[in-house]
Amino acid sequence: MGVSRRGFTAASAAGGVLAASGLMRVSDAIAQGITPRRGGTLTTMLTPEPPILQIGVNNQGPTLIAASKIFQGLVKFSPTLEPLPELAQSWTISPDGKVYTFKLQPNVKFHDGTPMTADDVVFSVTKFHFELAPRARAIFSMIESAAAPDPHTVVFTLKQAFEPFLLMFDVTACAIVSKAAFDGRDYRQAPSVQHPIGTGPFRFAEWQRGNFIRLERFADYWKPNQPYLDAIIFRIVPDSQSRRLAMETGQTVLAHSNDIEPFDVPTLQAIPNLAVETKGWEYFSPLAWMEINHRAAPLNDVRVRRAISQAIDRSFITQRLWFGINKPATSPVASTTRFHDPAVKLPPYDPRAAMQLLDAAGLRPNAQGVRASIKHLVLPYGEVWARLGEYLRQSMRAVGIDLVLEATDAGSWARRIGAWEYETSINFVYQFGDPTLGVERTYVSSNIQKVTFTNTGGYANPKVDELFATARTSAAPAARAAAFSEVQKLLVDDVAQVWLMEMSFPTIYDRKLHNVITGGTGVNASFDDMFLAS
Amino acid sequence: MDPSRLPAFLLRRGIKAAIVILAIIVSNFFLIHAAPGDPASVMAGQSGAADERYLAQLRTQFGLDKPLLEQLWIYVRGMLALDLGYSHRQQMGVAALIWQRLPPTLLLTGVAFALAISGGVTLGALAARRVGTWADSVITVIALTFYATPIFWVGLMLVLLFSVVLGWLPSFGMNSVGADLHGIAAVLDVGRHLILPALTLGLFYVAVYARLTRATMLEVADQDFVKTARAKGVPEGRILRRHVLRNALLPVITLAGIQAGQLIGGSILVETVFAWPGIGRLAFEALLARDYPVLLGVFFCTSAMVVIFNLFTDLLYAMVDPRVEVQG
Repeated sequence: MGVSRRGFTAASAAGGVLAASGLMRVSDAIAQGITPRRGGTLTTMLTPEPPILQIGVNNQGPTLIAASKIFQGLVKFSPTLEPLPELAQSWTISPDGKVYTFKLQPNVKFHDGTPMTADDVVFSVTKFHFELAPRARAIFSMIESAAAPDPHTVVFTLKQAFEPFLLMFDVTACAIVSKAAFDGRDYRQAPSVQHPIGTGPFRFAEWQRGNFIRLERFADYWKPNQPYLDAIIFRIVPDSQSRRLAMETGQTVLAHSNDIEPFDVPTLQAIPNLAVETKGWEYFSPLAWMEINHRAAPLNDVRVRRAISQAIDRSFITQRLWFGINKPATSPVASTTRFHDPAVKLPPYDPRAAMQLLDAAGLRPNAQGVRASIKHLVLPYGEVWARLGEYLRQSMRAVGIDLVLEATDAGSWARRIGAWEYETSINFVYQFGDPTLGVERTYVSSNIQKVTFTNTGGYANPKVDELFATARTSAAPAARAAAFSEVQKLLVDDVAQVWLMEMSFPTIYDRKLHNVITGGTGVNASFDDMFLAS
Repeated sequence: MDPSRLPAFLLRRGIKAAIVILAIIVSNFFLIHAAPGDPASVMAGQSGAADERYLAQLRTQFGLDKPLLEQLWIYVRGMLALDLGYSHRQQMGVAALIWQRLPPTLLLTGVAFALAISGGVTLGALAARRVGTWADSVITVIALTFYATPIFWVGLMLVLLFSVVLGWLPSFGMNSVGADLHGIAAVLDVGRHLILPALTLGLFYVAVYARLTRATMLEVADQDFVKTARAKGVPEGRILRRHVLRNALLPVITLAGIQAGQLIGGSILVETVFAWPGIGRLAFEALLARDYPVLLGVFFCTSAMVVIFNLFTDLLYAMVDPRVEVQG
């Protein structure tokens, strides 16, 4: 018997290949003169898996992304949040700002073959979303009457002028559903909840839970020759490293939202056939802040809040934790929103000033150098948020505040924020393109409720209440802008929350894919113009 | 074992099992409700906007507005009628949800289990037979390596090698979606997807069984009846199979029985890394979403499986080793 020698080859990770070729170049099909190609399947991902795909019954982020291909709204938004025609061909607004008249596209069919008419629109607005969705309910309660004078005309008369009204009519806020499928039923348990029926370019085909959701081309879509793709497949991949590998190996060609952890973005950016885009979140513009419970001492002292704010290096957070995907916040109103005041500035990063403020507030360091101990409920939304918690602990320690991190899961976090059982935490909230829709709720005293995403911090300032009310009821944009400018200054002076950053999410896609991000809601578009170049 | 005693044995064990499962259901119910947060607050947190009316609507619909004991009674009453309940979050019956996710898990864990037992016992026997030689050392070192390596790391390394570097196998999922495969092609497709997760899950247990088999075989090999057999001139191969291995199998069966009971729970880690649509992930996601009926349903299935496999293991003992008596 001879001795056989075996050579062991170590499989190295070939890590050196990832050279830095990090230039972003958005492929713009029109500029390159590429004509759209019919056919092909888009394979992408969805994280986490949504419980159901019926907008209204469930309005989670992943639900909206998948269902925005199945359903449509009356309008969609440009990157600067101008409303553009979708199911509404055109619209007029009366001079007093109270009457909105929408002309609907003719020849729009639901996936079950029935025509979409003005009745469906009235039902969707005044019944379906009004009943199901808190956000829609708050706005649509201002509608005094809704009428359908003919099958292609809808008239909404408001009780008072409401300038941001049109911002409530895209698919994510008010998807048009079939009246026949829901009227007279329990909306949440209607059969079409499991098999959604919309007017969108793709119809629901198959859902193997935990595995994938498949949508297929709707042949009777109202735009001729569209959509270009034959099908969209959303794979459910729960592990972020597996998702990164799926993009590296080309098993999926589009990653979006939370799919890829920020620290993995530079790796994917270095792959030549992948493009990275951070646009497409203008409508939502999540603004992240360190959530302050104003009831908990010493956080009820504005000097302590300002000290906390000045102890945080926001550019470290956005550059080192989010790798440039996010921008430092400068105001309670995101810069993508039209009433953002660029003159408003947060006090600068200055640990020394922070310590002077803490001294002035009477918080002297003890023998261990600790001035105060504050609890911090870490946001349980993934690793990068845990890292943010660790960074905050370090930066608070540098000015003598002992930040005690508390770990939790999503269910406990939502309950504790809703029940005011926290001292500090992290929160991020969508802005929805207008401060009245997305900002007001966090700061007005009338919205101090034991419910998540209300004014859970308990901040109250009568002047702020008054300014938000003025902005809400004014029909003139100039008057609204003036009120919002003043309210931004007041909120910054009061350090109502410790704003950290304007968030975006990376959309990463194969360069064969065209028209990925075309508007202010990004991957929540219908994808009827998306195509795969050969 | 006396076959005439079997029915009485099964009856006694069946009654015990029913009581155990009922106790598990009740304690699970209280355990789950002790976790902070409820499905309504989770959904409010996820949808980014909420008001009091929304929360109240959801709680009424989910039946959470009733007193806890009444909720328990409704649940137990349903379970006695073999109704696993309804997930209001997913608007589907729990039985249907579990039924969708059970076959992939059984496939994955079943294959991994078969691989672990056959590979582990073979390697262990081989090592014991060649004890002290280079073959024994190689097997022991490999077994120890897989035993000591975290399971997700093995998975990621396998993916890196076979999916990223070599490009031979898919890195996640259970099938090629949209490829429209039928018959044997569809089976092969699932097989290709199955290799990496089954290997990852199986390698750990291969190591466990190999080490256990080797150790017990060496222990048995020193005993007097083996020496007697050898003195009688029984061939070495026959001694190993009939005298050593058969006696060394009892601990292996014990371990296999415990592992088989856990099969249905799957491996959340492997299912997560490989995006395998199994029941372990269903349970984990239900926990995060506080989807009580789904979670209780999965717990019920896993506990029933453990009870059944314990019974099965006891019967198997008696078959392998006639000295073992089954007792109720």
